[in-house]
Amino acid sequence: MSGNAAIGEAAIRAGCQCYFGYPITPQNELTEYMAQNLSRRKGCTFIQAESEISAINMVYGASVAGVRAMTSSSSPGISLKQEGISYLAACELPAVIVNMSRGGPGLGSISAAQSDYYQSTRGGGHGDYRTIVLAPSSVQELADFTHRAFELSDQYLVPVIILGDGMIGQMMEPVEFKHEAPAELPIRERALRGAKGRNSRIIKTFTSNPAELEEINWSLFRRYQLIEKEETTSESYLTEDAKLILVAFGIGARIAKGAIKTARANGMKVGLFRPITLWPFPTKKLQELAKTTKFFLDFEMNMGQMVDDVHLALGDKANISFYGRPGGVIATPAEVLRVITRLYHQKGLDTKK
Amino acid sequence: MKTVYNRPKSLKKRVFHYCPGCGHSIAHRLICEVIDEMGIQDKTVGIPPPGCAVFAYHYFDVDMAESAHGRGAAVGTGLKRANPEAIVFTYQGDGDLAAIGTAETIHAANRGEKLTAIFINNAVYGMTGGQMAPTTLSQMVTTTTPYGRDEKLEGYPIRISEMIALTKGAVYIERVAVNSPAHIIKAKKAIRKAFQVQVDGLGYALVEILSPCPTNWKMTPVESWKWVDEVMSKEFPLGVIKDTTGAKNVD
Amino acid sequence: MLIKTVFAGFGGQGVLSMGLNLTQTAMREGKHVTYLPAYGAEMRGGTANCTVVISDEEIASPVASSPEFLVAMNQPSLVKFQNQIDAGGVVFLNTSLIDIEVTRGDVEVIRVAANQIAEELGSVRSANMVMLGAFVRKSNLVAIDALVEMVRSLLESKGTKIFAANKKALLAGYELLK
Ligand SMILES: Cc1ncc(C[n+]2csc(CCOP(=O)(O)OP(=O)(O)O)c2C)c(N)n1
Repeated sequence: MSGNAAIGEAAIRAGCQCYFGYPITPQNELTEYMAQNLSRRKGCTFIQAESEISAINMVYGASVAGVRAMTSSSSPGISLKQEGISYLAACELPAVIVNMSRGGPGLGSISAAQSDYYQSTRGGGHGDYRTIVLAPSSVQELADFTHRAFELSDQYLVPVIILGDGMIGQMMEPVEFKHEAPAELPIRERALRGAKGRNSRIIKTFTSNPAELEEINWSLFRRYQLIEKEETTSESYLTEDAKLILVAFGIGARIAKGAIKTARANGMKVGLFRPITLWPFPTKKLQELAKTTKFFLDFEMNMGQMVDDVHLALGDKANISFYGRPGGVIATPAEVLRVITRLYHQKGLDTKK
Repeated sequence: MKTVYNRPKSLKKRVFHYCPGCGHSIAHRLICEVIDEMGIQDKTVGIPPPGCAVFAYHYFDVDMAESAHGRGAAVGTGLKRANPEAIVFTYQGDGDLAAIGTAETIHAANRGEKLTAIFINNAVYGMTGGQMAPTTLSQMVTTTTPYGRDEKLEGYPIRISEMIALTKGAVYIERVAVNSPAHIIKAKKAIRKAFQVQVDGLGYALVEILSPCPTNWKMTPVESWKWVDEVMSKEFPLGVIKDTTGAKNVD
Repeated sequence: MLIKTVFAGFGGQGVLSMGLNLTQTAMREGKHVTYLPAYGAEMRGGTANCTVVISDEEIASPVASSPEFLVAMNQPSLVKFQNQIDAGGVVFLNTSLIDIEVTRGDVEVIRVAANQIAEELGSVRSANMVMLGAFVRKSNLVAIDALVEMVRSLLESKGTKIFAANKKALLAGYELLK
């Protein structure tokens, strides 16, 4: 199954009732999967909106109504959704947003890229807010994380972004769906569906009282701290004895892994650290690794965005190098291996005991 | 010997990337012929869209500035206001102009921006792989209407040119087609007039071109040309939709 | 075992379906697989290609630096990919559409007049299946019976005639490389 289709299937199984999309390469297969499989399903809605701005605001509306809703797009379309995401965050409304990112800036290229790291992990729109960002690196994870995204979003009342890329969306791998939708889909508690039998309620963000807004920000912030504590996830691969650890996410981590396997076969002690939640960033875990490993190589398909977080985490506790290919150019494992080999030698890791 | 056919000067010597039977290349050529005939090559600025025509700047030998999807009318407004001497045309698909760019387009028309819009209606999103467009016909199967466009769920084919005609700033709007020699000749006249309106400083002008897309319609080029006549132009009737230029018809 | 194959040709030649059939057959045989198509505007008018990785263990990277196999269905594909092949790798040439030679000396070349053979069998459209049959014989990545079964299940909805034509083409290609 293709990555895009796997998200669609996993979303339906997670009880996603509403999908709002707009065509853009390379995520059209997801929109098309939903047109095929969600549009005629009982109680469900599929709409191809007239723009990404509409699509995200339709998600906002469906979320106000208390059902699970999602939208998907790729980089330029995600830029247009930022206003809506800011409102979702402010109103504490759950939503799942998929970004199958491509080369930028501007219309850029349709090839896979990772240059939306900043946009995803720094809020993206205006105001002081965060979104949980999950970075899958296989089709199986796309399915699993789609389910997890709906769960996290409902649990913490924050929008959750699945940050994939053009390649992982198009790629086919075997996938197993481990979760089923509940027979009866629950309507969320804070939903607005008419005030029958209760006092009327409001969902809003505007206030003329800065102190009130500050209080809202504090309450969001406390929740973000809780998410940082509870939900930060990462994968460590062959890091125990590693002299050099690559840091990479998503599809970049797969390419890095390919290079690392060969590096190991060539006798180099190299490992991989893969942040799975990009926000919250697995700072603590990385700091732990830096107790035993002093050399890190951050590899991204961009000009160096996550590497900022690596620097923030490690400060001067480790030696951090960067290798990146921007614009939708896809580095090969052989290319990354060359970088590893050079660095390994330059830093004298092949001679040191 | 008399030359009956030549490459327009403003059309670059390059092989089109368009699929066989596609209307975009014909529309390109017609615009270039008009630009040549009017002698405006050196002051024309074109605004191609994201869409199948995204590479239009490879073909038009005039200044060209890419716009974000749907924003051509706004970009054109900025360009024309900043440099009223320029002849500015937008080149937009139906997804571009009639979906995501509806607001920009209607308001540019309503302000009477002195722009020429070339609007390619091929009833689908071509570039992204044949999804439903606002202009997709009822019951038509596309990749996002796998069960056929259902009016109850997906709405009706939109006649955006008629809507734009309701704005007072729009002075000339015509719907043409490029699926037969006779239609192509008419299309060229309409394009010429839409540029003339701008030269004369009268207001917003738009030419909607019904344009075959055999690839996404899953037809042969010949079938698709017939389909424009037999099906598409029933929903989107050809002819002048609005003309308040007061000028005599070119015919 | 970790084997990377690139299938390439122009759009409409069925190169993606060659890759897909191989991938799904290998998956059904219990192997680890990834299938990575080139997509979008790149495909229109130009070349279509896909990369298939088949392995006994978990596959790290779906991107292949140096494929062991290249299946070139047309000339531009050969030009584009021949320098990427692993030394000692195998290149499959569709000689019906390729009249240049492989410039490298360190790879094995298998020549299959796929279009001609398919035409003789009744339809040039099954040229991809002729080539796939030959590929399976040489590469030994999956069993031919399993592949035929897979093609059957994928073509089920299109009727038995189409399947029969594809099967014939697959076996013709397979028999070619005795
Ligand atoms: C904000 C944004 N959303 C989506 C896209 C993807 N996209 C590129 S072209 C296009 C529309 C193509 O359809 P149309 O305008 O009808 O032109 P055609 O390709 O049919 O000529 C879309 C949706 C984009 N480039 N930017």
